[in-house]
Amino acid sequence: MNTVKGKQTSARSKWLNLLSALRRDQSLYLLALPGILFFLVFKYIPMWGIIIAFQDYSPFRGIQGSEWVGLQHFTELFANPDFALLFRNTLAISLLNLILFFPFPILISLGLNELRSVAYKRLIQTIIYMPHFLSWVIIAGLTLLLFAKGTGLINELFTLWGWPRVDILTNPDSFWVMVTLQAMWKEAGWGTIVFLAAMASVDTQLYEAARMDGAGRLRQIWHITLPAIRSVIIVLLILRLGDIMEVGFEQIFLMYNGAVSEVAEVFDTYVYRTGIEQGDFSYSTAVGLFKSVIGLVLVVVANRVVKRMGQEGVY
Amino acid sequence: MHRLKWSERVGQSLNAVVLGLLAVVMFFPLYYVFVVSFTDPGEYLQKKIVLFPEHWSVEAYTYLLSTPAFARSLGNSAFLATVGTVCSLAVSSSLAYALSQKRFQFRKILMFLIVLTILFSPGIIPNYLLVRELGLINNIWALILPALANGWTVLLMKNFFDSLPAEISEAASIDGCSAIRTWYTIVLPLSMPALAAFGLFFAVGYWNQFFAALLYLNDSAKWPIQVLLQNMLLNASNIDLVAPGQQMETPPTEMLKMAAIIVAILPVLIVYPFIQKHFAKGALIGSVKG
Repeated sequence: MNTVKGKQTSARSKWLNLLSALRRDQSLYLLALPGILFFLVFKYIPMWGIIIAFQDYSPFRGIQGSEWVGLQHFTELFANPDFALLFRNTLAISLLNLILFFPFPILISLGLNELRSVAYKRLIQTIIYMPHFLSWVIIAGLTLLLFAKGTGLINELFTLWGWPRVDILTNPDSFWVMVTLQAMWKEAGWGTIVFLAAMASVDTQLYEAARMDGAGRLRQIWHITLPAIRSVIIVLLILRLGDIMEVGFEQIFLMYNGAVSEVAEVFDTYVYRTGIEQGDFSYSTAVGLFKSVIGLVLVVVANRVVKRMGQEGVY
Repeated sequence: MHRLKWSERVGQSLNAVVLGLLAVVMFFPLYYVFVVSFTDPGEYLQKKIVLFPEHWSVEAYTYLLSTPAFARSLGNSAFLATVGTVCSLAVSSSLAYALSQKRFQFRKILMFLIVLTILFSPGIIPNYLLVRELGLINNIWALILPALANGWTVLLMKNFFDSLPAEISEAASIDGCSAIRTWYTIVLPLSMPALAAFGLFFAVGYWNQFFAALLYLNDSAKWPIQVLLQNMLLNASNIDLVAPGQQMETPPTEMLKMAAIIVAILPVLIVYPFIQKHFAKGALIGSVKG
């Protein structure tokens, strides 16, 4: 055994300890190896690839050989009139989500929690969880089959009743609300899981006591159920605030059409169009990086706020 | 049980009705598509709106499944979902189990690096360039390898393994069992319900994968079902959907679309009831404490 004296020997003994630990638990490290390699290659190499945002990247010369241009792509982005539009659309869709979508699962959970019949509750849960498992392609397809101006069910019904046909999918005025409702249809049921779990942990004696004191159902909801899920609501709300630059990319991409491009182009779809379709790798990487950095800052700030409020943070 | 007041009964019935209506709204699109896809093509063309068909028919399905493109893309997706899920579970759970062991030397720094990948993503283009540099364009593995694991799943799995009694692993290692063997023969069988939940999420993820396929696969023979669906449903192209020989009359496009939707959600519908009791637990592991 080493006697630890002075810095050098302690550093050396640390190394020796590490080596012997590595040898002793070889199989443990071997077990972790594929996962570590995965994160290195598919998560960390792309992070290094970000530097092409500061270059004029040419696929033929590679990252090493391409010319450095500093912040040119970023100044280009901020000067571009598209930028204001992208920002507006992303924010508008996010805020609509916050106002319409966010409270919805909470309301559904409150309702489900009040149901007396367990079988009925199960049935409803089974149905409303379902859309979560459908792909955006299928949901976009369903939307089209129901709402298309030509052959959609809604418009066929309207014609049957003698009403004029309505145009929902290629109408810039309704696009934001439509994608919000679509997202609610897909995810609101699934969103109830976490609230229902929080409600299930409430001590039933609290309800008994409240009833003794003459509190009706609404008062019990207000004074017992809602406070019980308050911390979950706060954490999810602030996480949502931190995610404000994220709008469902596949959803927007699939619902995008020429008629609504003014209101439907968000950062991610713009990156796809300028990068993959037009091959402007450096510029589109810069756009993506701008979005990711804002997102990271928002998450970190949001987490601080949660912790400052005495709640458990996300990390 | 105490007796309900009249006002409370009204409130409760109202609540039950509103929730029932919500479930109907969520269920109706699927019901409608299901029913129309099984309607007799003639009846559909004549009525345009069918809620309760008089004549049933599987013509749309027989046509659809006889087209090589559709059958092939179903096969591609089945490959993705099975092979991808098995590989994902193996890579994620082995890393998560190793990280849950206290004697793992670098666990703190590794956990930090994994959390970082959740908080910050480099964006579409660097990922695309990496896949291209690896020579995976037009290769089905381009849809599996980059999706093998993700920070959230590894974190949740690690939380789950943390909740297993540490004595199990200790006893095994005292008996001379290597970590790999402990993981494979003891820990994994014990974790079946959790693995089922994570497996469902991975499988649905692979089955629904659309964007990666759009990015990386140009060759339509390699397309998974979602990309074919996008072309059918949204781009209104039926170029690939020609039955060989053309002895059959083509059913109306709308009906083909609806049948395609039903076929594409069928696997999800089949596994759903089996795993339903597990997935709520799976979705909650680590998110709500207590």
